[in-house]
Amino acid sequence: MSLIEVTEVRKRFGSNEVLKGINIDIDPGEVIAIIGKSGSGKSTLLRCINGLEMIDDGSIAVAGAQLLPDELHLKALRLKVGMIFQQFNLFPHLTAGGNVMLSQMVVKKTPKAAAEAMARKMLERVGLAHKYDAFPDELSGGQQQRVAIARALAMQPIALLCDEITSALDPELVAEVLAVVRELASEGMTLLMVTHEMKFARDVCSRVVFMHEGRVHEIGKPEDVFANPKTPELKQFLGVH
Amino acid sequence: MTEFSLWDIVRNLLLATRWTVLLSLVSFIGGGLVATLLLFMRIGRRRVFQFIAKYYVELFQGTPLLMQLFLAFFGLGLFGVDVPAWLAAGFALILWSAAFLAEIWRGCVQSVAKGQWEASASLGMGYVQQMRYVVIPQALKIAVPPTVGFSVQIVKGTALTSIIGFVELSKAGTIVTNATFQPFTVYGLVALIYFALCWPLSKCSQILERKLNVAHRSH
Repeated sequence: MSLIEVTEVRKRFGSNEVLKGINIDIDPGEVIAIIGKSGSGKSTLLRCINGLEMIDDGSIAVAGAQLLPDELHLKALRLKVGMIFQQFNLFPHLTAGGNVMLSQMVVKKTPKAAAEAMARKMLERVGLAHKYDAFPDELSGGQQQRVAIARALAMQPIALLCDEITSALDPELVAEVLAVVRELASEGMTLLMVTHEMKFARDVCSRVVFMHEGRVHEIGKPEDVFANPKTPELKQFLGVH
Repeated sequence: MTEFSLWDIVRNLLLATRWTVLLSLVSFIGGGLVATLLLFMRIGRRRVFQFIAKYYVELFQGTPLLMQLFLAFFGLGLFGVDVPAWLAAGFALILWSAAFLAEIWRGCVQSVAKGQWEASASLGMGYVQQMRYVVIPQALKIAVPPTVGFSVQIVKGTALTSIIGFVELSKAGTIVTNATFQPFTVYGLVALIYFALCWPLSKCSQILERKLNVAHRSH
């Protein structure tokens, strides 16, 4: 059975239909890259899977948790699937440790000591154990993004959604974030990432989804998608002729 | 005819200043409490409450404070309620400052970046938790300088209550002038006392703004 089931999903912003019937099933442990031009709907799809956008038609389920517009269902869904953002979105008034602890204590009602132990463990996992007491504005972009990953991991999700998580980073900081993601992938975490890092997608992902004008235009193993693009749109996107 | 020394004038004005200070404090604290209520109505999810809070603010921002004082003072009188000047003054100033504070604070809450809402939502927090742990703590920091700044407006606003006969600093100024026939000296002193009350608040607001470093800590 698939872990994430996206079935005939449609999403409109006003009269503009951004997703025009998306079907993707993702198995546990899969690492999937979504590529495509801006405006092709890839970020919107990711945001729908986390319930940050509501869908107009179709269904989304993650490990049995359905996307439904009430707070209870949304919470159940979001406990299964975490999300990392392009702009990190760390809580600026809390330290790195506080960022990782907050949702554990507030959402899962984890006692403070246990939440702190988890926070230290997760920060260690992303290589930032020594930054436990640092505030976000004292960290580099790459470090902030790694704290954001630790924060999502501390909720022990079964899948992670990564929305262009290296796009706001200086080139020299991209590698440290990708290294963390690579490690997660090798540990068997299910990952669904919108990315412009084609090399990374080729190396790490089990499947690549090419989206074009609100549809899944091509889907397949990276070696096929990158080496033998079938449609002219993907060829153009990849710059091969 | 009695002669008034400068000290007589100053002493009387300072005695009246107590009432200006007290009225300012009451207005600020009372207004703050009402504003908190209005704020939660305004940013909450119940449409009816949003509506009420929105129009409350528009009504009080769209009419002169003087008219509000008149209505509080004379309006209730129409219903046979005898309203003393201090009560009407306090009542009107509380409602007036509540409208402005609610609007200032709403701006602060809404200036918290959208990404903060999304990140906290994606971690499974509900609306109340997002507010309580993520948005309000950030908004509070942003709100301190403009709130302190607005307290200056309240202090100056109390001067209007002299018109409905509440004896605070301005009214005392008028009374003392009538007795001494030295309007320039008296009102000059009145202005100085207002300045002595307001200037530290303005300065305080500026210092807080720099200290909390609002512009740079917001991301």
